Amino acid sequence: MVGKPLATIVSAGLSKFGRREGLYWRELFIEAATEAFDRCPNLDPRKDIKAIFVGHMGESYEHQGHTAPTITDWLGLTPVQGFRLESACASSGAALRCAVMAIASGLVDVVLVGGVEKMTHRSTAEVTEFLAMASDFPFEQWNGLTFPGLYALMATAHMHKYGTREEQLAMVAVKNHKNAAINPKAQFQRAITIEEVLKSRVIAWPLKLYDCSPITDGASCAILVRPELAKKFTDTPVHIIASAGATDKIGVYEREDLTTLLSARVASQEAYRMAGVEPKDIDVAEVHDCFTIAEIILYEDLGFCPKGYGGKFIEEGQPEVGGKIPVNTSGGLKAKGHPVGATGVAQLYEVYLQLTNQAGPRQVSGAEIGLTHNMGGSGASAFVHIYKRGD
Amino acid sequence: MVEVSSPPTIESFYKYIAEGKLMGVKCKKCGKVMVPPKPLCENCMAKDLEWIQLKGEGEVISFTIIHVPPTSFASIAPYAVAVVKLDEGPKIPGIVKGVTQPHQLKVGMRVKAIFEQIPSTQAWPQWSRYYFQPI
Repeated sequence: MVGKPLATIVSAGLSKFGRREGLYWRELFIEAATEAFDRCPNLDPRKDIKAIFVGHMGESYEHQGHTAPTITDWLGLTPVQGFRLESACASSGAALRCAVMAIASGLVDVVLVGGVEKMTHRSTAEVTEFLAMASDFPFEQWNGLTFPGLYALMATAHMHKYGTREEQLAMVAVKNHKNAAINPKAQFQRAITIEEVLKSRVIAWPLKLYDCSPITDGASCAILVRPELAKKFTDTPVHIIASAGATDKIGVYEREDLTTLLSARVASQEAYRMAGVEPKDIDVAEVHDCFTIAEIILYEDLGFCPKGYGGKFIEEGQPEVGGKIPVNTSGGLKAKGHPVGATGVAQLYEVYLQLTNQAGPRQVSGAEIGLTHNMGGSGASAFVHIYKRGD
Repeated sequence: MVEVSSPPTIESFYKYIAEGKLMGVKCKKCGKVMVPPKPLCENCMAKDLEWIQLKGEGEVISFTIIHVPPTSFASIAPYAVAVVKLDEGPKIPGIVKGVTQPHQLKVGMRVKAIFEQIPSTQAWPQWSRYYFQPI
C-alpha cells in the first residue's frame, strides 16, 4: 500500500539556471520564491509561512553567510524563523528533509523550503577549492584529489569490476543534454554527441569535460504544507510520501567498495519502505548526476537495475523519456546545471512539474510517482524523497 | 621523534611521516587497524589504541590522472592519485610518483610508500608528504 503523505507540495519555483551576471544569491532566491508565490494565489506568504529551510553550501562565494535571515529579510518575511542547512551539494535535500520533519512533527503547518548558490562570478580555480571543502581534507585534498578526481576513482573501479565503458558514461551526458535542450530553465540548451563527449578534454581521467556538471548560478523554492491543508492552497497537490537521509565515510578511499554509493542505497531502501513502493513503481526520477559515472552507479544503487548493469541500462535507453524509468528529464545536474545548494529542491521542482502535468515537451505521460536523490560531496550524505500526485 | 604514547591524531600521523614512517593505530580490543588514526575504533568504539608501523606496501584499488588540479598542485599536473589497499588492511589515497598516463597504472599493481620532508613554512598545515611508487 502506498504510504500516507508526510507533507504536501502546493507550489514550487525555480530561477533560470546558468550564468546570472550581476545578481547576488539573495536576488536569485527571490526569483525562485516569487514564482512559487505567483503559482499559488491562495497563499499569503506573510501570513501563512511559519518557517523557512534553505540549503546553501558556501559563504565564500559572496562573503555572505547567515543565509536564513538574509532571505527572510529580502523576501519581506521577517520575523519568521529560518534555518540554513549545509550538506555540501545535498544542502537543499537536507533542507527538504528538515522541512518535512517540521511539518510531520505538527509544530508548523506551512513552510518555505529552498536552496541557492551563486558561483559563476568566481574563477574555476576558486570554485574548485570551495567545492573541495566537502571532501576529506587531510588525506583527499592533501593528496591533490579534486571532486572530478574522486568520482574518477569510482569510475575506474566500476570499469574494472563491471566492464563499464567510457562510451556508456558519455551516453548519460548525451541523454541529459537532450532533455535540457527542451527545458527553458536549463543552463545548456544544446544536444551533444557521444563523439563530442569522448573528445572533450580530460579533467580527471577517465572523466572528461562533458562527464562533469557545470558551475552554475541558481535558486529553487517550494511551499510545503500539512497534507490536511493542501486543498486550501491548490487543486494540484503533490504529496511527499517518503523522506530519508543517510551518510557514508567522508573519505572515498576508506569505503568498502568504490563502485557503490552506500548512502544512496540506505536512504532509498528506507524511502521505498516508508512509501510502500518499489523501484519499478517510479514513473520519473531526478538523481544526482554530478558526474556521468554517478548516474550510472545510482541506476544500480537506487534499484532501477541490478548491480553492475548501470552501463547497460543507459545503453538500452531505459532512463530515457519513454524508457523504463525516465531519469533526469530536467537535464539533470549535468545539463540543467548544478548551483550546489539549490540542486535538491530543483530536483523536487522537476518532479513537481512532472506529477502536475506541467513539464511541457519533456512531460512523462501519466506520471504519478516520482523520486529525487540528492547527494553531498562524494556521496558522504544523501537524501531521498518519494512523491505522489495528489487527487 | 614522535613518542609512542602520542595520541592517535592526524597531527601525529604526519609527524611520523616526517620521520619516514607510515603508521596506523591498532585497536587493543578487537584488533582493527586504522589509517588514518582515529580516536575511536571504528569497529568497536574502544579508545584503547596503539600505534603500529606499517610496511607501506600494498595494491592499487583504483586510480585517476588529475589534469585539472587544485591551485596548489598546478605545478605537478598531470599526476596520478591511487587508492592503495595496504597489506595490513587499511586503504589510503596517495599520489603515484612518475605516472602521468593511465596505461602506466593498473588496478592490482603493487606499490610502496616513499616520503618527502616538506620545508617548514608559516602556512597551515605543516605536514610532510608520503607518495607511492610502483614496486
